[in-house]
Order: sequence, then structure tokens, then C-alpha cells
Amino acid sequence: MEQKQTQDRPHSIWLTYYAIEAITAVIIFLVGLVMMLDGYRIGMGWAFDGPESGYFPFRTGAILCISSVVVFLRTLFGKHRNYNLFVSWDRFKRVLYVLIPAVFYVLFTQFIGMYVASAVFIGGFMRAMGKFSWLKIILISVSISAALFWMFEIQFKVSLPKGPLESLLGY
Amino acid sequence: MEDLFNLFHGFAVIFSWYNLGMMAIGLILGVIVGVLPGLGGPNGVAILLPLTFTMNPTSAIVMLSCIYWGSLFAGAITSILFNIPGESHSVATTFDGYPLAQQGRAGEALTASFTGSFVGAFFSVVLITFLAPLVAKFALKFGPPEFFAVYFLSFASFIGTGRDPFKTMITLMIGFGLAQIGMDSVSGQLRLTFGSSELLRGIDFLIAVIGLFGLGEILLSMEEGLKFEGKEAKINVKVVWHTWKKLPQYWATLLRSSAIGAWMGITPGGATSASFMGYGIAKRFSKNSHKFGTGKLEGVLAPETAAHASGCAALLPMMALGIPGSATAAVLLGGLMIWGLQPGPLLFIEQKDFVWGLIASMYLSNIVGLIIVLTTVPLFAAILRIPFSIIAPVIVVVCAIGAYSVNNAMFNIWAMLVFGVIGYIFKKLDYPLAPLVLALVLGDRAEVAFRQAILGSQGAMSIFFSNMLVSGIMTFGLLMLFWPAITLGWSKIRGTEPPEGRKTD
Repeated sequence: MEQKQTQDRPHSIWLTYYAIEAITAVIIFLVGLVMMLDGYRIGMGWAFDGPESGYFPFRTGAILCISSVVVFLRTLFGKHRNYNLFVSWDRFKRVLYVLIPAVFYVLFTQFIGMYVASAVFIGGFMRAMGKFSWLKIILISVSISAALFWMFEIQFKVSLPKGPLESLLGY
Repeated sequence: MEDLFNLFHGFAVIFSWYNLGMMAIGLILGVIVGVLPGLGGPNGVAILLPLTFTMNPTSAIVMLSCIYWGSLFAGAITSILFNIPGESHSVATTFDGYPLAQQGRAGEALTASFTGSFVGAFFSVVLITFLAPLVAKFALKFGPPEFFAVYFLSFASFIGTGRDPFKTMITLMIGFGLAQIGMDSVSGQLRLTFGSSELLRGIDFLIAVIGLFGLGEILLSMEEGLKFEGKEAKINVKVVWHTWKKLPQYWATLLRSSAIGAWMGITPGGATSASFMGYGIAKRFSKNSHKFGTGKLEGVLAPETAAHASGCAALLPMMALGIPGSATAAVLLGGLMIWGLQPGPLLFIEQKDFVWGLIASMYLSNIVGLIIVLTTVPLFAAILRIPFSIIAPVIVVVCAIGAYSVNNAMFNIWAMLVFGVIGYIFKKLDYPLAPLVLALVLGDRAEVAFRQAILGSQGAMSIFFSNMLVSGIMTFGLLMLFWPAITLGWSKIRGTEPPEGRKTD
């Protein structure tokens, strides 16, 4: 078992499970620290009218810090250090294929409205990942957006961000 | 007797075309949501919750709870036909379900699992009908210390039954932390907002659920490069009848799994651990346990029955105490507060229509659900044959719309993206997500109960041990909290390896 793990050891130790686990624990520790500081700032003790506002946050943060230290130490100094690759670059690229367009999608939603942005996002994705023909792409992405419009704006009267196209159509 | 009368009243409430329509829509949406990767019970309900803000609470809960039942039914479809558990509670179903499908007996496996689910759910609903009013009546005597003790117990049981106590503790505390963001409901003091006006409102649990479970799951499915190559679902009246004739001989398995599931649902053990336990115990008691894993009908029945029983039973503490037994129940509880109902034992007195309408709908929707899934399986299986390059962006869009419509803020979509990344990392590192959701939903209430209790005692912790009831619950909670340490210590003394902890969903 030990040998197999050493064979699988990747070139960069930063992408092994234990490294990511340790980094996550450090981040959680910092989050806990921030909570403790904020709790301390607004009072973590006892006032004349009961526990102060920071009473709970301070203690929550403290438990977070302690638990993350345990996870951190266990990861680095435990018996079974996990040298397996957390995620290979090939696989991580696929994650980024969704994540990066999704960020742009949200960004553009603010300017061109949710429905247009959705159609573009779905269409672009179909082109890049699925290699669909343009006709199919336009047909599917536009009809999904139209269906969403019908459901939210017309059926349920939930107003989503709209852009120039919708105002052109009178919405 | 009064309960039966109330139940009939409940049936009268839901027997309208509108409510029955909502039930059917909920069930079908639930199955779709359960079949699709990246969508499941918790986030399916979370995304649709904003659409129900203006509906009457009874119709809204009927629809949303039906999404939950639908998604429970659906887990089996992907497990059996595609060997991919659509939900974590259907992992155990793949063990025997997929081998059955490979042998061309997918129809039998599906019929057995749906019927098992139905039996499990029915068991739990009967339990709810008679037990929930008693629990609620009992809980009416609860004051703040007792309520805090019950909250404490439910948080502690996550640690006691979870696989990794420290990681469970971390996700619980992150949930509490998120719940604390915004205005302190007792003093009006701003907490953890860091001067941001967007954070003033606090982080809505729906956004966390949509991000963690929805987007996080999509990122994970993308990484794994899912390709759905499934078996054909051939299911017809003959297969169904043929399978039903075989089922009575498994009555003991059905009963055991129902009981396990109901117990795991009431205590927040979760459907996932219930399904694994159901499978394990059926295997232990079975005469031909060595054949488990090669395609035994029993191996499909046991986990599905337990999972559905636990999913249903999770609503018992939600209704009677205001403490959800699963992540989806937590989202439903959040819905209750949004519709303006105060969760807790008073529901049974003040909102009779709502409570009994919900219970009656559980009877009916599980029958309707069984018929729907049995007749339309091939249709739902076809959804999985839609290319992932269409499904993935559509799910991202649906998640974004769901997050935005919680309170019409762009900030929510950004927060949802961040939660998606956190969900992806946490899932890969085996951090349990259900405790986070539960703590986020209940954090405020637990804190208020604690502060009221301790105010009454002028700061003395002894208030939590002041009478038999509260000290009993607290002791049980402490026992759960230190359970991992106790088992570890015990195995050290005995000189054996500590047993592998159970997994919560």
C-alpha cells in the first residue's frame, strides 16, 4: 500500500490531498480567528441584560479554531498521510470549463439581463463541450431562455434581472 | 381517536384540484430533480421555495414535500439503470440494483425498490400520525432550556453518528457562523458584517444550499466527466405483478428496514446512513447473505425502504419540535418561517389545517408517487441521455435564478458561486454538508433559546441540569458529543482498531 502511494506521488506536493487538506484547515482557522476577533470587538462576555452579542460568535470561532488545528495536525503528522493527487490538471481543467464561464455569466447578467446571458451561456457551453451545430445551439438555448421567461415573468411573476433586449420588447 | 378525526380533516383540506395538481407537479419535478446530477432534494426544494412565497402555506408545503418524495424515489432510477447514485442515500442501492439490471432484470429491481420505498414511507407516515401529536403535546411544556437542550442533542448527534467528529464540528460551526452574520436578533447589534451593506441582511440558507449542493455537485460531476451509459428500463404490468407476488416473503426485511429508517430519520442520522444500515442488517439476517452484491432483490429492497422511511420520518421532529431530521427537512423548515409560520409544538394547535393537511398529503402523495414512477420510469431515464453539455449549463442557470430570486439581489448569485466552490472542495475532502445546513437554519433559534435560558438563571449553566427532563436530554446530548471519544477509548483499552464510523448525508 505504502509503495503504491509513493509511486502515485505527483511532482508537485501542493496538489496532493494532504496539502489541500492542510491549506483548507489553515483557512478555516483564519475564519475562526476572524469570528473570535469580531466577537471580542462587540463584547463576548456577560452584560447586565444577559450574554452580549459576541458571546456566541466568539465561542463558535474558538471551537472552529481548535477543530481546524486538530485536522491540520492530523493531516500533517497522522499515520496515513494521503499522497494521492487531489485533482489532476486534466480533470481540473474540466471544472474550470464550468466555473470560469459561470463567473462571466453572472457578470454579464448585470448588463444584458439574465435571459440573454443564459441563452449565450448555454449556447457557448454546447458549442465548446458538445460540438453541436449552430442551428441546434440557437434552437435549444433560445427556447430554454424563452421557457424560463414564460415560467418566471409570466407564470410566477418573479422578476429577474433584465437588459436592453427585454426593454425593447416592452418588459 | 382525535388524531384520526384530525387526519380526515387533513384529507378534506388537501382534496382540491389545486392541491392535487400541486402534488403531481411536485412529484414529477422531484423525480426530475432527483435524476439530474447536481440537483437533489435539498437544492431542488431550495430553488423552488422562492416561487411559493405568495402561495398559501398548505399548498406550498404539499408541493415542496412532494419534491422531496419524488427525489427519494428517483435515487433508485439512476442507481439501478446507470450504476450512478443520483443521491447519496441510493449508494447502497447500486450494490444489488445494477447487477440486477445487467442480468436484464431492471424492471424487477425498479419495481422492488419503488415498492420498498412506498412501504418504508407508509410506515413512517403512520408513525408520524400517532407519535407527532404526542411529541408536540409533550414539547408544549418546554421552556428555553429544554429547547436549547433538544437543539444541542440534534447537533451533537451529528458528531456522534458522523464519520469524522472534527470535520463535522467544523461544518457545524461554519453553519453557526453564517447564521450569525447580520443583525443580532436580541440586541440589534451588527455581527460579522465588516461594514458591508450586502451582509446586513445575513446569508440566506437557501443560497448556501443551492451553492453547496447544486453548483458544488455540478463541479464535481464535471471533474469526474460523467458519461451516462445505462441499461434499458423495461417495466410493464406483468413485471410489476410478478415482482409484487415475490415481495411478501421479504416482510421481515421490509419491517426491519422501515424501523431502522424511521429511527434514523427522527434522530438526525440521515437517509444515507439509514440505507447503509438497512443493507448491512438485511445481509446479516438473510439466509443467503453470500449472494448479496450479485443481484438480490432483497439487497435493493432493504436500503430503499430504509432511505425512504428515514426521509419521511425526518419530518416528525420538524413538525413537532421545529428541528429537522435531514438537510431537505431543514430547507422545508426554513420555508415554514418564510410563509410566516412559527415552527414548533404550537403548530399542532394553531395551524391544524397546515399540519394535518401535510400529514394527509404524505399518505396520498406516496401512493400517487408510486404510480407515477412505475408508469413513467423510461421517460425519466431518457432525461439522463440528454448530453451533459446541455444539462450542466442549464443547471447552473437554474441555480443562479434560484439564488437571485431569494431576495432579488445580484449579491446572492455571487455568494452562490462561492458556496459552489466551497461545496466542491468540502465534498472532495469529506466534510459533511448536512450539519452546516442544519446549523445555518437553526443557529439563530438555538442561540436565542440559549440566551433566554441563561438569562433566566443569571448566567449559571446549572439551568441546563435543573430538572429531570432537561438534564436527561443534555446528558444524552453530551453522550452523543463524546461518543467518538468514548468508542476510541474503549477500543484502545480492548486493544482493537476503532470501528469505522457511519456516514451521514
